[in-house]
Amino acid sequence: MTSETAKEPWGRHKKLERNIALLGAFAFVAVIIGGIVEIAPLFWIDNTIEKVEGMRPYTPLEQAGRDIYVREGCYVCHSQMIRPFRDEQERYGHYSLAAESMYDHPFQWGSKRTGPDLARVGGRYSDEWHVQHLADPRAVVPESVMPTYAFLKNNDLDQGDMGAELTALSRVGVPYSKDDIAKANADLKSQADPNADNADLLARYPKAQVRDFDGNPAKLSEMDALVAYLQVLGTMVDVNSAAAQEELAKQEKGR
Amino acid sequence: MANKRIDEPTGVETVGHEWDGIEELNNPLPRWWVWTTYLTIIFAIGYMIVYPAIPLLHSGTEGLWGWSSRGQLAAELKAANEAKGETLAAIAAAPIETIAPGSDLYNKAVAGGKAAFRQNCVQCHGAGAAGNPGYPSLKDDDWLWGGNVQEIETTIAHGIRSPDDAATRSSLMPSFGRDGILAPAQVNDVASYVLSLSGKAPNDAAAQSGAAIFTANCAVCHGNDAKGSRAFGAPNLTDAVWLYGGSHDKVVASVTNAHAGVMPAWGAKLDPVTIKMLALYVHSLGGGEDFVEAPTTPAAESGNAQP
Repeated sequence: MTSETAKEPWGRHKKLERNIALLGAFAFVAVIIGGIVEIAPLFWIDNTIEKVEGMRPYTPLEQAGRDIYVREGCYVCHSQMIRPFRDEQERYGHYSLAAESMYDHPFQWGSKRTGPDLARVGGRYSDEWHVQHLADPRAVVPESVMPTYAFLKNNDLDQGDMGAELTALSRVGVPYSKDDIAKANADLKSQADPNADNADLLARYPKAQVRDFDGNPAKLSEMDALVAYLQVLGTMVDVNSAAAQEELAKQEKGR
Repeated sequence: MANKRIDEPTGVETVGHEWDGIEELNNPLPRWWVWTTYLTIIFAIGYMIVYPAIPLLHSGTEGLWGWSSRGQLAAELKAANEAKGETLAAIAAAPIETIAPGSDLYNKAVAGGKAAFRQNCVQCHGAGAAGNPGYPSLKDDDWLWGGNVQEIETTIAHGIRSPDDAATRSSLMPSFGRDGILAPAQVNDVASYVLSLSGKAPNDAAAQSGAAIFTANCAVCHGNDAKGSRAFGAPNLTDAVWLYGGSHDKVVASVTNAHAGVMPAWGAKLDPVTIKMLALYVHSLGGGEDFVEAPTTPAAESGNAQP
């Protein structure tokens, strides 16, 4: 039988198809080759992540807001990735850069938009608007189909030990300093307290917004954290500055 | 295989295996299908040469045509801007107060402003610009910070109490109740007085006692006649327009916990021409005031928005 099949042009292939262990081994080799060709180069070719100025890790309060964002499944309806198309650029602003989500674990890019993209929502609305809109979306956008998140304002922000969370993030590559990790729990509280001394926080997290976000200075609520996170989205890198544009133009080829 | 044979009715060879008497004819693949497969392979090779595809040591291949998604976007934006270029340049060149209503340029600017308004402003001010509680209507002639085109342009560019703009319009009403400046009974009286000004409450004893409290605490910003002051964005309290509600309870709430509405500064997010068009559109909604060259208006104020 063996000698007979070997004479046929695809005889050996028939043997492969009939031996499950052999087929599994060869399929694995094929997948490895595909992975090396498609995935591995992203780790070394230069234009995977643009070098941009201004990116910093999230403050503990922003990171806590991000956790709430993920917990509530905001990504189910909102993406955070503006694609380089004219319609998206005119609606949402400059297209997203890979560097802008390099400290996101997990990223929130998304491929489905029931609501608008939020990659550059920071600074577009007032804190009060966000609080109103999260509590009752129909109060400000009558045609909205977003669920209400009024409970965020009543929930105390209880994120456990933020130092532990920052440690975990630093292990996957987010450059938190030892100082950041040691002061994480204090930072969490002081960013939402306009009366606290935040000079140190601002030195470690440049351009962080320090104020009471939810309209109730007496309480550190989940709303504070979520609004702090929303207000920082897309604001770290000044993509429209001349220097940034020139830098991007240089790296524009081959993608 | 042992069972290969020529199938008699069709004259085609079988592949040689048989299940419960069912055999398979070894017909060749359709020619068109085979050639389509070869063509897709050739197309893929061409595609990889022409477009960015193959990762190398430092970067991927750029492709013969030098295509990039960002380059395509830049070209599209450039074409769109060139199509609008003349109009935009004309709007940019003309000082905002000189664009006369009814002129061709004005109509184009208002149309552009309308598009930008739907994009950026309706979330707070509403689709028809009629406002929401806490977000003023832009259709009436009740302006907090000024209603001529230059003042509107400044407000859009720098925002109101916008935390990231140094030149933003700013003022802060004290929380008279929460911070203990006035006792609850005094807050109640001053609310009665304020409401009596527009005939929403009787001019009774409470209102009369509120009048003195008003003069001592509120008149410095809202004016002795309570008609407001645009220097502080202090609203006129004698009319029927109430940003945060005009019931007695709502006024008491506003005096107790003062509101300080925030409008983001758009100067860093929108280009100066868009802001100019927005100002003209908002001005055109019905409540816009005529521009009068005020001797105190510094040129720098509008200069910030239109470099």
